[in-house]
Amino acid sequence: MTFAHRHLLGIEPLQPQEITTILDLAETYVALNRQSDKHADVLAGLTQINMFFENSTRTQASFELAGKRLGADVMNMAMQASSIKKGETLIDTAMTLNAMHPDLLVVRHPHSGAVDLLAQKVNCAVLNAGDGRHEHPTQALLDALTIRRAKGRLHRLNIAICGDIAHSRVARSNILLLGKMENRIRLIGPPTLMPSGIAEFGVEVFDDMRAGLKDVDVVMMLRLQKERMDGGFIPSEREYYHRYGLDAEKLALAKPDAIVMHPGPMNRGVEIDGTLADDINRSVIQDQVEMGVAVRMAAMELLARNLATGAAV
Amino acid sequence: MSDLLFTNARLIDPEAGTDALGALLVRGGRIVAQGQEVGLSEEDVTVVDCGGKCLAPGIVDLGVKVCEPGERHKESYRSAGLAAAAGGVTTIVTRPDTNPTIDSPETLEFVTRRAQADAPVNVVPMAALTKARAGREMTEIGFLMDAGAVAFTDCDHVVADTKVLSRALSYARALGALVIGHPQEPGLSDGAAATSGKFASLRGLPSVTPMAERMGLDRDIALLEMTGARYHADQITTARALPALERAKANGLDITAGVGIHHLTLNEFDVADYRTFFKLKPPLRAEDDRQAVIEAVRSGLIDVICSMHTPQDEESKRLPFEEAASGAVGLETLLPAAMRLYHAGDLDLPTLFRAMSLNPAKRLGLSCGRLSEGAPADLVLFDPDAPFVLDRFTLRSKSKNTPFDGGRMQGRVLATYVGGAPVYRRD
Repeated sequence: MTFAHRHLLGIEPLQPQEITTILDLAETYVALNRQSDKHADVLAGLTQINMFFENSTRTQASFELAGKRLGADVMNMAMQASSIKKGETLIDTAMTLNAMHPDLLVVRHPHSGAVDLLAQKVNCAVLNAGDGRHEHPTQALLDALTIRRAKGRLHRLNIAICGDIAHSRVARSNILLLGKMENRIRLIGPPTLMPSGIAEFGVEVFDDMRAGLKDVDVVMMLRLQKERMDGGFIPSEREYYHRYGLDAEKLALAKPDAIVMHPGPMNRGVEIDGTLADDINRSVIQDQVEMGVAVRMAAMELLARNLATGAAV
Repeated sequence: MSDLLFTNARLIDPEAGTDALGALLVRGGRIVAQGQEVGLSEEDVTVVDCGGKCLAPGIVDLGVKVCEPGERHKESYRSAGLAAAAGGVTTIVTRPDTNPTIDSPETLEFVTRRAQADAPVNVVPMAALTKARAGREMTEIGFLMDAGAVAFTDCDHVVADTKVLSRALSYARALGALVIGHPQEPGLSDGAAATSGKFASLRGLPSVTPMAERMGLDRDIALLEMTGARYHADQITTARALPALERAKANGLDITAGVGIHHLTLNEFDVADYRTFFKLKPPLRAEDDRQAVIEAVRSGLIDVICSMHTPQDEESKRLPFEEAASGAVGLETLLPAAMRLYHAGDLDLPTLFRAMSLNPAKRLGLSCGRLSEGAPADLVLFDPDAPFVLDRFTLRSKSKNTPFDGGRMQGRVLATYVGGAPVYRRD
């Protein structure tokens, strides 16, 4: 088992076998989480602080539960309401928290690279819970675990990622992870929502969703942020839904056993048909939430181990 | 003032385009002769044996920000002047993007007084083109010229209202004033922290297409055709803007262009893991653009190399990349960084000093920037080969935001003279 990192800041620095290490360990926690006694004590005595500079319900809850089930002392800080408003800089906030000797710091921030910056200034292990449009590594890991369990493998799959790729950290982390594991990736969306330089990413790009979905094994939908509508990226919700919303008719072009994923929260009727999202034969959206807790438990355990042994690089 | 005879010098003469051993005689603060036969029979002069090192006209750095008034903790005329002297810069041409903006004769007189009292090198000021650089009303261009302004610029604020800019250019033309523009389409570049492409996308940074520079330049060129104004583009950093510049010059418009040293020596990948000292405006470009711009300096299409010296304190750089301030200091590193281009075989020394000294002086109507007889003895003596590792805390600027921190440099200033008087000597 190898995982030689001090922080989990992104998928980019991870080796394929390290990804497998996290997923394998997460499998054991999936089993634990389904028992009535969900307690392990691998993080007992350690302090975990969740710092969310951006609103989050599900990710924060998932990290909190993961820490508590592993026996850590967990504290949540809603940074939007705190000293940031009083003009304190990110680094000052980090130094202040650092002085309280946390062991694990879970950080979400609206600016790309902010979590990297913070990680340079603290002594503990830092987990990136999403920074700007850069990375959201635990989301990609939980998606990978969901796919591996549903498809029996995590390689040589045709995977479509659909929607607002340009502004999505989930898309970036998934492109990196699924690419490292040797899958074929298709990106589907209007050109206004594609990042620049996309031709160099080693992916196929489709602006026609029907063509893009043909024979894929996995359909990964992304959330369309409301502010994109005002920004002139798309003409209207209804035209977006017509051309890029996932419904049963478009899904019929994918493989018959293709699974449907969404990182949540969903805009029903904007990027995904509500009935389809609830179809337990196709949608694995609830599994993704379940895998999220397990993957975060695994990631935190591995980082805590490295913290204890000093084995991290 | 004692008279000087520089002997055994490798004379870099950008006017003649030569790089040859010889001597140079200075009397009364001016160059009176240079060449191989000079000085053999001179008496009453102090002899400076250059030991075969390079002697070139001092650098005329077009577009330096000194943070007076407003942010003297970032850079004062004293600290900028010392940095300039140590960097072989004998004339700094200051930007008006201070707080408040240098947009009235009164403010201009204040900074001129400060500069004269504190800076050991020549300081020539620029003034804003529009009041508060807000792009609405033109400044008192006539009064400001009388007070000593050598050019008019809103710096990195693009005058977005084309009518305002066309009127300012027409008015400036009547006075013969030089207007310096920042070619950029602001609708596209607003909020950008990187150049669009794979790197910006991987880092998740808001980015601007390099096309925005060409669009800005195209617009400004069209206005020059209309108004006939004298115009200089502060920084041309992309390959796509070059054909437009070439056509404008071929059509006889009074246009010149510059580029910052950082865009000639660094590319977008240098940002790496969000290193904010590499955040510039415009952002660093792709390697292809860097190569194209070097070629344009070699051919003379781009006239001027400058440092775009922009001091920023630690607080404004120790932020997430998007929020961090743009700009880098460069007065002291301009020459060593330019030597990277020399050692890489990209540009020879006369070409470099044509772009750093001769051309900016000519464009601003200054008599310095050359080694010819009668020119002021503004000189830099440097060793183009001396290696060192840059430690940013050794810089004389109050702000230490250089992207070359820890970088291996080759090329060191040994001495700097302004009007024949030594203002810097390396121990």
